[in-house]
Amino acid sequence: MFSSIFMTFAITLMYSTPLAFAAIGGVICERSGIVNIGLEGMMSIGAFTGVAVGYYTGSPWLGFLCGGLAGGLLALLHAVASITFMADQTVSGIAINLIGPGLSLFLSRLLFHGATTTLPVPKKLPKLINISSVNFNVDITVLLALIVVITAWFIMRRTKWGLRIRALGEHPAAVDTLGVSVYRSRYACVILSGILAGFGGASVTLAIISQFTPTAISGQGFIALAAVIFGKWRCSGAYLACLLFGFAQALVVVLGGGNLIIPSDILAMLPYILTIVVLILFVGNSSAPKASGKPYQKGSR
Amino acid sequence: MKKLDNILKNPLVSTVLAIILGFMVASVILLAVGYKPGQCLAVMFNAVFSRPKFIMNVIIKSSPIILTGLSVFFAFKSGLFNIGAEGQYIASTIVTTILGIILDLPPLIQVPVIVLGGVLAGALLGAAVGFLKAKFGINEVITSIMFNWIALYLCNYVSNSERFHRPESDGTFSIRDSGFTNLFYNWKFSKEGREYLKNNQFLNDAVLKTDFSLNFIIAVIMAFVVWLILYKTVKGYEFRVSGINVDAARNNGMCVERNIVYSMLIAGALSGLAGALTVTGTGSHNIHVLAIFENNGFNGMSVALIAGGTPFGCIFAGLLFSGLIYAGQSLQFKTGAPSEIVNIMIGVIVFFVALTQFMPTLVDMISKRRNKDV
Amino acid sequence: MEISKDYAVQMRGIMKSFGDFKVLDDVNLDVKKGTIHAILGENGAGKSTLMNILYGLYTADAGEIYLNGEVADIKNPHLAINNGIGMVHQHFMLIDKFTVLQNIILGSENTNKFGVIDMKKEKKRVIEIIKEYNLKVDLSSRIRNISVGMQQRVEILKALYRGVDILILDEPTAVLTPMEIDDLIDIMRDLVKNGKTVIIITHKLKEIIRSSNECAIIRKGKLIGSVKVEDETEQSLAEKMVGRKVRLSVERTPSDFGKDVFEVNDISVRSIRGIQTVKNLSFKIRQGEIFGIAGVEGNGQKELIEAIIGIRNVESGKIKINGKEIQNTSNLNVLNNGISIIHDDRHKYGCILDFTVSENMILNKCRQKPFSKNGLLNDSVRDKFTDELIEKYDVRPKNCKNMRMASLSGGNQQKLVIGREISNNPDLLIAVQPTRGLDVGAIEYVRKTLIDLRDKGKAILLISLELDEILDVADTISVIYNGEIVGTFSNETADENKIGLLMAGGKNNEKIG
Repeated sequence: MFSSIFMTFAITLMYSTPLAFAAIGGVICERSGIVNIGLEGMMSIGAFTGVAVGYYTGSPWLGFLCGGLAGGLLALLHAVASITFMADQTVSGIAINLIGPGLSLFLSRLLFHGATTTLPVPKKLPKLINISSVNFNVDITVLLALIVVITAWFIMRRTKWGLRIRALGEHPAAVDTLGVSVYRSRYACVILSGILAGFGGASVTLAIISQFTPTAISGQGFIALAAVIFGKWRCSGAYLACLLFGFAQALVVVLGGGNLIIPSDILAMLPYILTIVVLILFVGNSSAPKASGKPYQKGSR
Repeated sequence: MKKLDNILKNPLVSTVLAIILGFMVASVILLAVGYKPGQCLAVMFNAVFSRPKFIMNVIIKSSPIILTGLSVFFAFKSGLFNIGAEGQYIASTIVTTILGIILDLPPLIQVPVIVLGGVLAGALLGAAVGFLKAKFGINEVITSIMFNWIALYLCNYVSNSERFHRPESDGTFSIRDSGFTNLFYNWKFSKEGREYLKNNQFLNDAVLKTDFSLNFIIAVIMAFVVWLILYKTVKGYEFRVSGINVDAARNNGMCVERNIVYSMLIAGALSGLAGALTVTGTGSHNIHVLAIFENNGFNGMSVALIAGGTPFGCIFAGLLFSGLIYAGQSLQFKTGAPSEIVNIMIGVIVFFVALTQFMPTLVDMISKRRNKDV
Repeated sequence: MEISKDYAVQMRGIMKSFGDFKVLDDVNLDVKKGTIHAILGENGAGKSTLMNILYGLYTADAGEIYLNGEVADIKNPHLAINNGIGMVHQHFMLIDKFTVLQNIILGSENTNKFGVIDMKKEKKRVIEIIKEYNLKVDLSSRIRNISVGMQQRVEILKALYRGVDILILDEPTAVLTPMEIDDLIDIMRDLVKNGKTVIIITHKLKEIIRSSNECAIIRKGKLIGSVKVEDETEQSLAEKMVGRKVRLSVERTPSDFGKDVFEVNDISVRSIRGIQTVKNLSFKIRQGEIFGIAGVEGNGQKELIEAIIGIRNVESGKIKINGKEIQNTSNLNVLNNGISIIHDDRHKYGCILDFTVSENMILNKCRQKPFSKNGLLNDSVRDKFTDELIEKYDVRPKNCKNMRMASLSGGNQQKLVIGREISNNPDLLIAVQPTRGLDVGAIEYVRKTLIDLRDKGKAILLISLELDEILDVADTISVIYNGEIVGTFSNETADENKIGLLMAGGKNNEKIG
C-alpha cells in the first residue's frame, strides 16, 4: 500500500517534470504574445542534443545545458519568422515541429552509426532522492523544474520584466509607445521558451531514460501546450496542469500493475480523457492573452 | 521594384520559391555533413520517376495526405485548427476495419457501408471537438491532441483484442475482400489477368505490383467538392466569414457555434475518408499496433499549408510530399544519407511558406538601401 | 521662423509617405513654450502622423525636429520620453487587465537591482503627482472598470510620471462628455501654468477656440497656415481646414411621424461580465422619425444594441418590431423581421476586409433569394447587385467589384455598407456612430442619406457618442446614462447644455415626450 503511494508520487513527478519545463516556456512565450505550438520540436532537439553531448563529453550536466541551448536555437527560428517577418505563428510552429524531430533523427543517424536510437549516456543526471527499498526515487530535474516554476512565477508577478511581458501579450502597441522594444522583448521570450523546452526534452533523455529514441519525445510538447492553455496562461496553473497529467499517468502505471480487469490500452487513455473531462468541468471561456498570435507591426495603420 | 514585389506576393510564386528554398537548404545540410547534394537529388529523382511502379506508388500514397490536407484546409478556412486529423484518420481506420471484418455483404453494398462507417467515425470525432469548442469554449487544439491519443490507444486496444487480433502479428485480421477498393484486384491475380499484363510492361509494373485503386481519383474529386462547398454554397460562405471575422458573422445572422460544429464535422469526415480508403484500398487491409503516430494527419497539416490557399493546391502538395517521403527511403538505401533529410526539407518548406512576408520584406530592405545610396 | 529656444518644438520640412501615398509634404511647425497649441485637420489629413513622428513612433522620410532650439533625433518613443515628450493617443494605450498604477509605471518602473518593483515607493510617487496636478483617480482600480474620462487621466498621469515637458493629446475630446471636456481644458491650463507645453490634435473647432492659443492647420498633408486662435471663428477655421465653404450642419426639415414601428419596453440587460448595464429601459420609434440616443461610451449602449439585434439576451422586458416580439431570439430572426444595422466599427462587424467588395455585399443576404437558391450562391446576381450599389452610392473606384474591401477608403467602404443595409429595405435602421472616422465630405453624405431615408417614412435609431451629430440629425433626442434613459427632448427643444449635464449624470426635471 505504502509503496504504491510512494510510487504514484514518484511517477507523478517523473512524468510532470519535462512537461513543466516546456509549459513554463510556453507560458512565457504566449504571455508575450507569440503562440508557440513548436514546443514539441524544441523538446525533441533538446532531448537529442542533451544525449549527444552527454555521450561524447561524459558530462550529463553539460548535455543538459546544451539541450537547452539547442532548444533556444530552434526557437530563434520561430522568433525570426513570427516577429521579424510577421509570419503566421501557427504555421511557423508546425514547421518547427517538423524540423526539430527531423534534425534530431538526421543527426542521430550521422553521429550514432546510422541508428535513430542513440547509445546510452555513460552517466545520467543524479537522483535527488533514491530509496530503493520502497522503490522511491526522485530526479534532480524535479527540483530544477520546481525552481524554474517558482522563479518564473516570481518574475511574472513581481518584477518589471514580468509586468512588461504581460503587457506585451495584451497590448504591444502600448508597450511600444512607452519606449520598450516590442521586438527585442519578444525575441527574448521566444528564445527563453525554447531553452526551457530544450531542458524539458533533455530531462527526459538524461534523467528518466538514458538515450534518445524516436519515441522519447512523442507528444509531450503538445501536452505541455495543453497545460499552458489549461493553466490559463499562468505559471502556477500550468504547473498544476502538468502535475495533474503526471498523476493520471502514474495512475495508469500503478493501476496497470494491479490485477484490474481494465486492459492496459484502455487504461492508457485515462490521462487524455481526464484532461478533457477536467476542461469541460473547470475551464470556461479561455482567457488567452489578447494580442496572442497577432503579428505586431510597428507603425501599422 | 514594385512589379517584382507584386510577383513575389503572389501565393503561387512564393510557394514555389519556398519549395526551391527547401531543396536548397537540404542541399546545404547534406553538403555540410559530407554528402554530394547533386547525387542525392538525382537518387531521389530516380526513386520516384524511374519506374511506373514508383510513380504509381507515390500517387497511391499521396491520396490519404491529400484528403487529410483537405480536412485541415477546410478547417483553416473556417478559422479552426484541425490538429486532430491524425486522430480522425485513426478512428476511421478502426471503424472501417471492424465493420469490414464483421459485416459480410455483397461488394456493392459492403464497400460503401464500411467506408461510410469510417467517414462517420472521423466526422463524429471532428464534430466532438467542434462541439466542445462551441459549447464550452475549449480550445480545439487541446481537445484534438487528446483525441489523437485516445484514438491511438483505441487502435492498439482493437489490434490486441481477442476478437480481432490475428495471431502472430501486431495487427488485426484483414477485412473481407468484398470490402476492397483496389481496382482489378481479382482480375490482376487471375490467370488471364496475369497473361494480359505480362504483355504490357507498363501496366504490369503500375497495376500488378501496386495497390492500384480509385483512391487518388476520389481525393481529386474531394478537392473539387471542398472548393464547391467553400465557394459556391451559402454554408461555405458562412464558414469563411466565421473563419475570418467571428464578430461580423455573429452580427450578420450567422450562428457561429453551429458553423463550428458543422465545419469540424466536414473536416473530420474528410480525414475519415482518408482512413477508410487506406484500409479498403492499400496494404494489408487492417490496422495494427501503433507505437507512434504514422503522421497521415500531421502530414496533412503540411499539405494544407503549402496548398497556396486553394483546395486544388492540396493535390500538388500531397503529391510532392508523398514523392519526397518515398524518395527519402531510397536515398538512405542508396547513398546512406539519412532519410530524415526529407522531414527537414518539408519543415523548411513549411517554414518559408509561413514567411510569406519574407521576400517582399527583403525586397523592401534592398530597395531602401539602394535609394539611400543614390 | 528662426530656430530658437523659445520654442518647445520646431519641425522643419517633414516628409512622410506610406507606400506611394504622400501623407506629409514639407510640413513646418512651431510650438511656443508654455502654450496650448492645436493642430487642426480632417481625418486623414496627416496630423496624427506628424505627431507620431514627433513622438518617434514613425520616422520621417526627410526633415528635422528641434526641441528648445536644439536639433533632436527622435528615432523611437524611448528617445522621445527621454527628450521630455509624452503622448496620449486617441485609442488609449492602456492594458485593460492591469490596475491604474501598473499602467502608469509600465516601462519606467523603479526597481531594486534584481528588477523587483517597489510598489509602495511607486504609489507614493504617483500620489504626489496626482496632488500636484489635481488629477484624482483610484490607483488600484483596473482599467476596464473605470470611465473613459478617467482612462484619459491615467494616460496624462503616465506622461507626467515620466517627467515630460511637452504633452501631445490626440483627439482628446472625441469620447468625453461636455463636462469632462471642461475638466480636460482645466487640466491643460494647469499643465501650462506649471510650465508644460501642450499640443492637441483635433478636428473639433469649438474646443480649439475655447482652449488653444495657436492653431496649425493641415490639409491633405500640407501645412496651410498657423493662426492665432483669438483672431478666428469656428466658421473661418472650418473653411481653412476643408479648403472650401462648408455648412457646419446638414439641412433638415421637420418630419411627419407615422405610427409606432419599434418599441423597447422595460428591458434590462447584463453585460458579458454579468453587470446589469441596461436597466428598465423603454422607448418607441415612429415611422419617419430619427430617434437619437446620446451618451458617453460605456453607459449601456453596447448591450442595448446587442439586445436589439439579438446577439445578447434580455433579462426582462420586451423588444417589438411592428408589434412582433423579437427579444431573445436570434440575430437572423431580427434581420428577417426588418431590422438592419450600420455598425460603428465596420471593420469588426460590418465587412470582411479580406473578401472582395462583391463578396461583402451579400454578408447578410447570402441566404435570401435571388442571392442564393437551395443553398447554392448565385454569383452573377451578386455581381449585378454590387454594380448597382457602386453606381447608386457613387463608390470610387468604379471598377472595384473584384477588389479587396481593404483597398477602398473608409468613406467608400462606409457608403457600400450603408447601401447594403438600406437595400434590405428595413423598417428600422440602426445607425451606430455612422460617421466615425470619415472626412467632412463623407460625413455630410451619410447624414443626408439618413435624413432622406427618414423622409421616406423609415424609422431610424441613431446612437452616437458625438452629441453634435445627434443634435444635427435626430428628431427626438434621448440621453442614456448608466443604463437608463434620463431625458428625452424633441430636436426643437433640445438644449445642448442640459443634455451635456444629463450625459454626465446630472439631474433633469422636465421631460418631454
